[in-house]
Amino acid sequence: MLGSSNESEAIPGGSCLLDFLTTLVSSFQDFLFLAGRAFRNVVRSPHYYDDVFMQMDIIGVGSLPIVIMIGAFSGAIIALQMARALSTYGASSQVGTIVSLTLVRELGPVLSAVMVAGRNASGIASELGSMKVTEQIDAMRALGTDPVQKLVTPRLIATTLMLPCLTVLADAVGLVGAYLISVPLLRLISAGEFWSTSWRALVLNDLAQGLLKPFIFGMIISLVGCFYGLRTTGGTQGVGRAVTQAVVAAMVWIFVVTLLIDKVFVGL
Amino acid sequence: MAASQEPILEFKDVSLRFGDTWALRNVSLGLSPGETRIIFGAAGAGKTTLLKAVIGLVKVDEGGIKLFGRDVTSVGETALFPLRARAGVLFQEGGLFDSLTVGENVEYPLLNQTANRQSVLHDVEGRVRDALRFVELEHTYDQFPSELSGGMRRRVGIARAVVTEPPLMIYDSPTAGLDPITANTIMALVAKERDVRNSASLIVTHRYQDGEIMSDFRYDQQNEELVALKSAGDEAKRDRTKFIVMKEGAMVFFGTKQELESSSDDYIRKFVRHGDE
Repeated sequence: MLGSSNESEAIPGGSCLLDFLTTLVSSFQDFLFLAGRAFRNVVRSPHYYDDVFMQMDIIGVGSLPIVIMIGAFSGAIIALQMARALSTYGASSQVGTIVSLTLVRELGPVLSAVMVAGRNASGIASELGSMKVTEQIDAMRALGTDPVQKLVTPRLIATTLMLPCLTVLADAVGLVGAYLISVPLLRLISAGEFWSTSWRALVLNDLAQGLLKPFIFGMIISLVGCFYGLRTTGGTQGVGRAVTQAVVAAMVWIFVVTLLIDKVFVGL
Repeated sequence: MAASQEPILEFKDVSLRFGDTWALRNVSLGLSPGETRIIFGAAGAGKTTLLKAVIGLVKVDEGGIKLFGRDVTSVGETALFPLRARAGVLFQEGGLFDSLTVGENVEYPLLNQTANRQSVLHDVEGRVRDALRFVELEHTYDQFPSELSGGMRRRVGIARAVVTEPPLMIYDSPTAGLDPITANTIMALVAKERDVRNSASLIVTHRYQDGEIMSDFRYDQQNEELVALKSAGDEAKRDRTKFIVMKEGAMVFFGTKQELESSSDDYIRKFVRHGDE
């Protein structure tokens, strides 16, 4: 069978696999093309500043409550779990160090991104998807405005700027959550010792990856949401499908990119 | 007057296929300021594709399309935006942005088109209210499209299309699904736009009466009403309107209303309303 000229016929499902891979590569190519146009528009006129500020409000301010809540609870949960584990080795005083490193390096950026992906990748995909199926995107093109410039670039800028800010807040609130568990509740260490170990645990490498991740996640979330929104077909059912695909794809990419960034920073 | 002016639009042997189906087949036509082309055809005959090809929303396989002297078939999407900004488009359902108010919809081209942005920023609201007054809907300024009737949405669509005073107007089925009174109101606005601003018009429609209004009437600005063209002396004005019938992507008829009515072709005669009907 090997070397046969009609392998796809010989192997059941061979052509299906080929079609699937072709679609996958073609979609990724379209995604890169959209991303390229969106980035290029950042420096090209016209600039829709009103839309950028409106999206910053929707994505940044709108996501504030949920990100703060998740940050506080994740900090508290890590402190609670670590308190028990560390006490086994008589290292309860290290709780601040562990929480600080875990939050700033991984959980702060990833959990904030997951929350914003759930909230905003879906919002962006449904908004743009609805516009696509009701021909408002075509109307926009016909009216002489570039939908990528008007819709995608403002969302890209807004998400990329706001997610690092949200992450810093989530980290800070997470440490407060961990403090409340470790100091007043469990009385593992003193307040001064907690804040001192938390701060000293962090080096430039931790802060760099803690800020780089949300910066890249912001790009992923906005571009994935816009990509699936703009390629919506099939009416309202298609909008639902686009939303699901956008959220799933954004979350998968967040974890893939986390691994890649970790690989780079661990080696530094 | 029109004959001496530079054509706004030129189609030369334009063809486009979707798979095995011809969407456009060797279509050639021209359009100068003040002229009107009424396009008839069965569903799937290529009427809407032709309109989309004019402003580069679809790319054709063969032939050349010149819009305002520039070949739209060889330029990229970004280069098309300034050209599209010079064409007003009315979509079949109005194509309004449902999250924006009527006023925001009409001001959209003024604020977002690069070509028009700088020149009007000082008086956007005035221009928007003028456009809404033109379609007699100034009172809907703060309403959302969902609060309006189908005919009103279509009129807001016309206001949005004319607000930048484009030299070319493209109407995709402006009267589809409307009652006769509202349809005539819409067509009166279309004729008014043509005669007040001397704009060129490309109109896809299924109603023969729409073509009749454009061919046999002119807008009287003093009395603000449509008046019938005289049978003698107004031939030049009547000849500004030509009819096109499309079938399976090809133009099977091009001529005046009289030539259309005298056609013996069964397919073409389906689009003509006869005296006894």
